[in-house]
Amino acid sequence: MLGVRSLNTEYKIAQGPAVRAAKNVSFEVPTGKFFTLLGPSGCGKTTTLRSIAGLERPTSGEIEVGGKLIYSSQQNVFVPLNRRNFGMVFQSYAIWPHMTVYANAAFPLEVRKKSLTKTEIRDKVMRVLHAVALDEYADRDATKLSGGQQQRLALARALVMEPELLLLDEPLSNLDAKLRERMRFELKRIQRDLGVTTIYVTHDQSEALALSHEIAVMNEGEIIQVGSPRAIYERPRTKFVAEFIGTCNFIDGVVLGKGTRDHAWQVRSPLGDWQAFSEDPLQEGGKVSLSIRPENVELSDEPFSTGAPTNLCKGVVDQKVFLGDFIDFQVKVGETLLLARTHPSLRTPVGDPIHVRVAPEKCVVVSANSATA
Amino acid sequence: MATLGLELERSSASRNFDPKWLIMGFVVLVVAWLALVPLGFLLWQSFMTPASAAAEAEFTFRNYLEVYTSSETLRLFGNSTIYALGSSILALVIGTGLAWVCERTNTPFKSFFYALSIVPMFMPGILFVTAWIMLASPNIGIFNLLLQRAFDTSYVFVDIYTLTGMMWVDGIQHAPLAFLLMSATLKTMDPSLEESALMSGASVFAVARRITLKLALPAAAAAFLILFVRALESFETPALLGLPVGIEVFTSAIWEALHGYPSDIGLGSTYAVTLLALTAGGIYWQSRLARNAGRYATVTGKGFRPRVMDLGRWRYVTAGLFILYSLLVIGLPFLVLLWSSMQRYYSVPSWDALQNISFDSYRAVLAFPSVGTAVWNSVMLALASATAVMLLTAVICWIVLRTQIRGRWILDNIATMPLVMPGIVLGLSIMICYLVIGGGIYGTIWILLIAYMTRFLPYGMRFNSSAMLKIHKELEESAALSGASWFTTFYRVVLPLLKPGLIAGWIYIVIISVRELSSSILLYSPGSEVIAVVLWELWQNGQYTQLSAFGVMLIAGLFVFVLLAQLISRRVGIREV
Repeated sequence: MLGVRSLNTEYKIAQGPAVRAAKNVSFEVPTGKFFTLLGPSGCGKTTTLRSIAGLERPTSGEIEVGGKLIYSSQQNVFVPLNRRNFGMVFQSYAIWPHMTVYANAAFPLEVRKKSLTKTEIRDKVMRVLHAVALDEYADRDATKLSGGQQQRLALARALVMEPELLLLDEPLSNLDAKLRERMRFELKRIQRDLGVTTIYVTHDQSEALALSHEIAVMNEGEIIQVGSPRAIYERPRTKFVAEFIGTCNFIDGVVLGKGTRDHAWQVRSPLGDWQAFSEDPLQEGGKVSLSIRPENVELSDEPFSTGAPTNLCKGVVDQKVFLGDFIDFQVKVGETLLLARTHPSLRTPVGDPIHVRVAPEKCVVVSANSATA
Repeated sequence: MATLGLELERSSASRNFDPKWLIMGFVVLVVAWLALVPLGFLLWQSFMTPASAAAEAEFTFRNYLEVYTSSETLRLFGNSTIYALGSSILALVIGTGLAWVCERTNTPFKSFFYALSIVPMFMPGILFVTAWIMLASPNIGIFNLLLQRAFDTSYVFVDIYTLTGMMWVDGIQHAPLAFLLMSATLKTMDPSLEESALMSGASVFAVARRITLKLALPAAAAAFLILFVRALESFETPALLGLPVGIEVFTSAIWEALHGYPSDIGLGSTYAVTLLALTAGGIYWQSRLARNAGRYATVTGKGFRPRVMDLGRWRYVTAGLFILYSLLVIGLPFLVLLWSSMQRYYSVPSWDALQNISFDSYRAVLAFPSVGTAVWNSVMLALASATAVMLLTAVICWIVLRTQIRGRWILDNIATMPLVMPGIVLGLSIMICYLVIGGGIYGTIWILLIAYMTRFLPYGMRFNSSAMLKIHKELEESAALSGASWFTTFYRVVLPLLKPGLIAGWIYIVIISVRELSSSILLYSPGSEVIAVVLWELWQNGQYTQLSAFGVMLIAGLFVFVLLAQLISRRVGIREV
């Protein structure tokens, strides 16, 4: 449905060389899917979205939607944004304050070349306002809406012209925490119901994980990793991805050789000689980093009796923080600190010894060079 | 950063032609024509001999040679500088003092005084000066006559026809401008800077003197330059007070050169170019200063309530000062106009004169054929120039702020350039321009419209750009993404959102164009008089009572207009004006 190929964007600044905001960005989004560009601010995600929208002109590359080229540097194609038929929700919502709710939502239909009758417009607008539960507010001034309602109106306005693509630029970031969580469900429901292909930009990893079919993690203008939410979370390829999505322990180590199973490798680290997971083949003797999520660190007062006798070590409780639904332990293994998140029933006092275990597939090898971290 | 405007530009270049380029191109051409062409003609004229029936105009340095080797010019320069310095310092001192009282003290009725400070806007400069002549001239001035009667002497106590008198009249007239500039600065100053001085044990006045005013110094310097340039440009005061006693400044010298016989347009142009260099230098310096003032971190983005100081019993003194100022600037001038408008022949207030109250002058003024024409012309010119300027500058601002077109800063500078042109210089430039290129515009009302549009372009820019900066760019982008063309977006989204700024600017331009004299005086001809010109003529003819009657009606009219404007603007949500 949407194909972005080798997209490059540069900003010219008054002084110095041009800033490359997007470097060789490529990805494909199938019809009806929810695709998220995730990354810290300044990573090029918004630039990529604005390039798709037509708000910015890339320096090179190709963008294709539904088999139609809308931008190609080689063939000198650039479809103006007002002929692209994409819906977009802006971070500020961009609700026109001088119009009513109805007028805001009707605007895209009124300015279209192909003319619709008044009743056709009315039907379509009321249908989309109903979908976002704003039909009762149709005649209200748009500025009289609450933040969440404005957000839904922006969504309605983006959807009313039945766009080929729905573009969302951090639409939830201006809402308070409670509302944001509710709108997350709402957004997901609407997108799944309508089946509209959606590109979503956010810096909030939990939003990305909750909403997306697929996530592209970006940093410094490049896509670092593309995958399903689960794959991105459980199998990060770089330190940056592991760290950006959730908290992570990083333990430096050296590859000893192939492990006993597929994708399993023997890695020597301060924690001991452990089995770790890597999809890519590793060089024997190469330096790597193990990424271990705190919730995957098993702790016990007693030695582990069940399961395979691998990836075990002993440490001392250095600190602990009670957080209600769980408890964070900081465990000192030799000189290495390991963060573990466990059930609050574990009550080992600070200074006591403790047993540590991590399942081999939860010990994920990430490239140690932190060039992209 | 690449933006919407850039994208529209490139995309339309590669596809079919977008009509918006016609609109934008047209606007740019009009603005460039208005601001640049007359200036070129002025420069050209200053290097030419006057064309006459006998001889063609020839290139010459004679004008400059004559001007710069004459001791007359030195005197002119001295007078202009002293006059502008005195007037601007007086305005700054009064304005800053009042601003401090208004913003920082618990003086009673201060919000009322704040509202009063904009009232002088209704009074055209020529009326203010004539009112002060009636108050303080040696022969007919009420002050003198009352004092002479009281002490039974013929000693002249005050004489307005002096350099000091000119500075006084111009200074107190423009103190409100200083007041507005300085109160904006005081309002945004971080109060903790003063609070810490108070906690160190400083008295209220020590804090005001050693902290508040010191912190406000960069802003005060910028305000001073604005006032100084404005005083250099002022025409009414030097023409009415200085010319009769031979105290000439540049503006009145230009007027004399053109108006005397034989009129010397070359000399006038050379004076005009010299004056222009002075004002341009002042404005340039002021903009440099304003840019550097940011380093004085007194103004932070934080919202806070400025500290109000308790003056104790002194607050009645400050209130008294305010009342005195209001009396000098609003009360007395208006009352003297009202008084003289109800007399058949101008006379000093007395019981005898009170018996002679009549409304004959009003009747007489309304019967003048030129008054009706002038009012009609002024109203038409005000409405037309305000509307045209606001729409033109809306497009210019959009180009400057919303596109990435190369060289758009030049456009910005062109449209704000008339700010440095004194009215009389602008009038002269336009006169030369349309005399030379012909086209039948000279001698019609259209030349006045051109002059007004040029003169008020910078105000339109200021109102529109501050309004446009408040419009989030995404509001336009989402319209474009919705499928709207540039024109639809501009008409249905940009203009409606710009409305508060558009209306505020429009009202402001209407008011100042009704008061405009210094350009009009060179450009009008029989049939195209405007209100200020008629006032000028009444003065020259010595018809003081009719002048007063006309003035009173004018002030009343402007007052009603401003009240209406306030109502309208409250409805569309403006707080300025």
